[in-house]
Amino acid sequence: MTDPGERTAMDVRTDEGHLGKMAPEPPRRRSSVREIAIRYGFIALLLGLVIFFSAFTRGFASPQAAVFILQSVSITGILALGVTATLVVGGFDLSIGSIATSSMMAAAYVMVVLEQDAMTAVIACLAIGALVGLVNGLIICYMRVPDLLATLGMMFLLIGLQRIPTEGRSIAVGMTLPDGSTAAGQFSQAFLALGRHRFDFFISNLVPSSVVVLIVLAILIWFFLEYTRFGRMMYAVGSNARAAEFAGAPVKAYKIWAYVISGVFASIGGILLAARLGRGDIASGNNLLLDSVAAALIGFAVLGAAKPNAFGTAIGALFVGVLLQGLTMMNVPYYTQDFIKGAVLVIALMFTFALAGRAAR
Amino acid sequence: MAEDAVFRIAGVTKSFGPNLVLGGIDLALRAGEVTVLMGANGAGKSTLVKILSGVYRLDGGAMTLAGAPHDPATPAEAMRAGVVTVHQNINDGVVAALDVATNLTLDRLNGAAAPLFFSRRRVRREARAIAGRMGLSLDLSADIAGLSLADRQMVAIARAMSHEPKVMILDEPTASLSNSEATRLFQLIDRLRDRGVAILYISHRMSDIRRIADRILSLRDGAIVGTFDEAPLDYEGAVNAMLGQTVDKRAIKARAATKTVFSADDLRIAPGARPFSFSLGAGEVVAVTGLVGVGKTALAETLFAIRKPLGGTMRLDARAYAPASPGRAIDAGVFLVAKDRASSGLVPDFNIYENISLPFLRRLSRLGVSQRRGERHVARAQIGELSIVCRSERDNLATLSGGNQQKVTVGRWLSQPCHLLVLDEPFQGVDIAARRDIAAKLRAGAGGRATLLFLTELDEAMETADRILVMSEHTLIGEHRNEDVDMDRLLAEVAGRDVRGAA
Repeated sequence: MTDPGERTAMDVRTDEGHLGKMAPEPPRRRSSVREIAIRYGFIALLLGLVIFFSAFTRGFASPQAAVFILQSVSITGILALGVTATLVVGGFDLSIGSIATSSMMAAAYVMVVLEQDAMTAVIACLAIGALVGLVNGLIICYMRVPDLLATLGMMFLLIGLQRIPTEGRSIAVGMTLPDGSTAAGQFSQAFLALGRHRFDFFISNLVPSSVVVLIVLAILIWFFLEYTRFGRMMYAVGSNARAAEFAGAPVKAYKIWAYVISGVFASIGGILLAARLGRGDIASGNNLLLDSVAAALIGFAVLGAAKPNAFGTAIGALFVGVLLQGLTMMNVPYYTQDFIKGAVLVIALMFTFALAGRAAR
Repeated sequence: MAEDAVFRIAGVTKSFGPNLVLGGIDLALRAGEVTVLMGANGAGKSTLVKILSGVYRLDGGAMTLAGAPHDPATPAEAMRAGVVTVHQNINDGVVAALDVATNLTLDRLNGAAAPLFFSRRRVRREARAIAGRMGLSLDLSADIAGLSLADRQMVAIARAMSHEPKVMILDEPTASLSNSEATRLFQLIDRLRDRGVAILYISHRMSDIRRIADRILSLRDGAIVGTFDEAPLDYEGAVNAMLGQTVDKRAIKARAATKTVFSADDLRIAPGARPFSFSLGAGEVVAVTGLVGVGKTALAETLFAIRKPLGGTMRLDARAYAPASPGRAIDAGVFLVAKDRASSGLVPDFNIYENISLPFLRRLSRLGVSQRRGERHVARAQIGELSIVCRSERDNLATLSGGNQQKVTVGRWLSQPCHLLVLDEPFQGVDIAARRDIAAKLRAGAGGRATLLFLTELDEAMETADRILVMSEHTLIGEHRNEDVDMDRLLAEVAGRDVRGAA
């Protein structure tokens, strides 16, 4: 796709071709230091961090630590991959965090209060995600509400809505219901396995299922965005919606689909969260929105893409995970975490927009 | 060059990297005179303007303004020194969210001398004075957002004039104006000339140049190649110098259509407009001409299902044609090269081949998975066919000149066969050489399809079409075969007189 290495300054225009020939075979462009920095800087930084932490902490360079990092970023990573889809069509989805917690609450409610099985709970969650995404898309495309405002409103609405069925209480096995009775349902073992089962990978019981889900979804959305015509049209819609419309694309449908994807991914994140916690916890998931948006935005800087992309999002999530895990192992206090995440985000954005922007101009 | 020049530049050079864009420009502007600068795309006009207005620094040479050296580091500095520029993009010159009065006095809100508090009354008073001096009759409390492009430009010029500039540079100011709007602009320029401002006017449009030029400079490949200042001005000589070749006056050989491909019956495209009918045949190139704002784009968009007709029927290949969306129109074999490639044609984040394949991804992909190799193959064919100057089909659009970007836009729709190809102002902002490339390609490939062009410039229509239809007030009022055209009748029709009954 966009290769900043191939950009030349806007004003250095090749003159009009009067000769009826293609320009002579291009000399392979010597990549300047800046171009290399833009392209590989972030990945080099990630590798540098890994090497640094491996050298200076004990236990960082182990399969268990690697898996732990992946597990710690799996849910934010999944949400970030979903929001990437909306960024691609030039939108934004602030409701992903609340979709995830709503779907966590719904899963707990379906199993504990309604006494249904794991399958029903999963389907209910996915349906909620798809429905909220659809509503977001419809509000944005047909009611012409700006994306940030529409999804901000939806976020508020969901945060409130998820508390209504239980009158503001968290959902746990054996809880007292508003009418005074005791909830009889259980978190099914199959459901809990989604969050707690570990697959064997060379070492037995190594890879948690949430990590597998993350990797599968990352590959899916990456392939979808980069290699299918639908993904390409979504990028076209995000870059110039009018031109996409004049090229025959149903622009509104693509935008709505992007929000549906985002909603479904967020609800998958919520399912994993519920399975990990084993309860519907009102207080959990506060940081999900900011962490996942940060990962998607950090992704702009990866490979100098300067645009939303699935690979970058995955690397962005991983970057935050590595950094926090490493610093924790070096005994940096927990309360500095948000500061560090914010600093990484700001630096990544400066990196993207200042360096890449200068190269394009 | 004259001795009394207000503004003079000598030996100005500028290069970007290895590209020498300006190779030693000498130029003098005199007070109370309109100097027209002509040049093909890529000749260096924009670069020169940017140097004069302080956007770029010059590499070599010198500029003098009223005897003093002039070397602005920023546009604001150039403005303070007395060189103001009205840029091509009208909306760069005004703030849409504010009213006319505030826009007119905007520059006085900044700087050390500006008062701390914003007094609506004072702004109104100052704005009235500025508007009065320029003979601007606009409601000062109107929002800019509600004004036409021409009015916005008047505001931008009036605001620039409030600095009492010595030199005013107008960069293709009529590019997005209708004829009557342009007439108002010319009256304003006349007034500026009378007040002794030295004006540098940059344009492609012959009609503009005929109207206002006192002197013409032709720019080619970064050098002034011709100066014409003896009345009567030698317009053809100026064009020849700019192109470095003789204007091609060969009349094209008008071809007759074989079978009818497309027909429209009693089509109505605007409320209150008269219905009209027309048909297009295979192998012919038809141009619809008419002034800006007479409904050419509305008709083009109706054919492509961006708009719905208010009445009437269309038939394509003897079947009813009523597409529900542009996607359906493409499926039916009707393609539109839309007006204004930047807003409705090209996807800026995509490279050449991704732009060319955009409407045809379904055809070019397998099971929904895009086949980049196939796309690149298609793009390479168009690059060769249209002589697009680029390093490869993976080049970013930003690296292409305007003419080459337009070729990509046209090439996209030529890359697949169609029944009806509609092109709305395909030569907009394209130099004459690129225009000829595109026109020749359209004529050469016209064989199996009907080709319909919408062109405001009559010369372009005469140069490319077999048949010319004239549009006025959202309806077609005249038809001419491009052989010994009755120019008087054609021009009368363009001017809005329906002479069909009389003739």
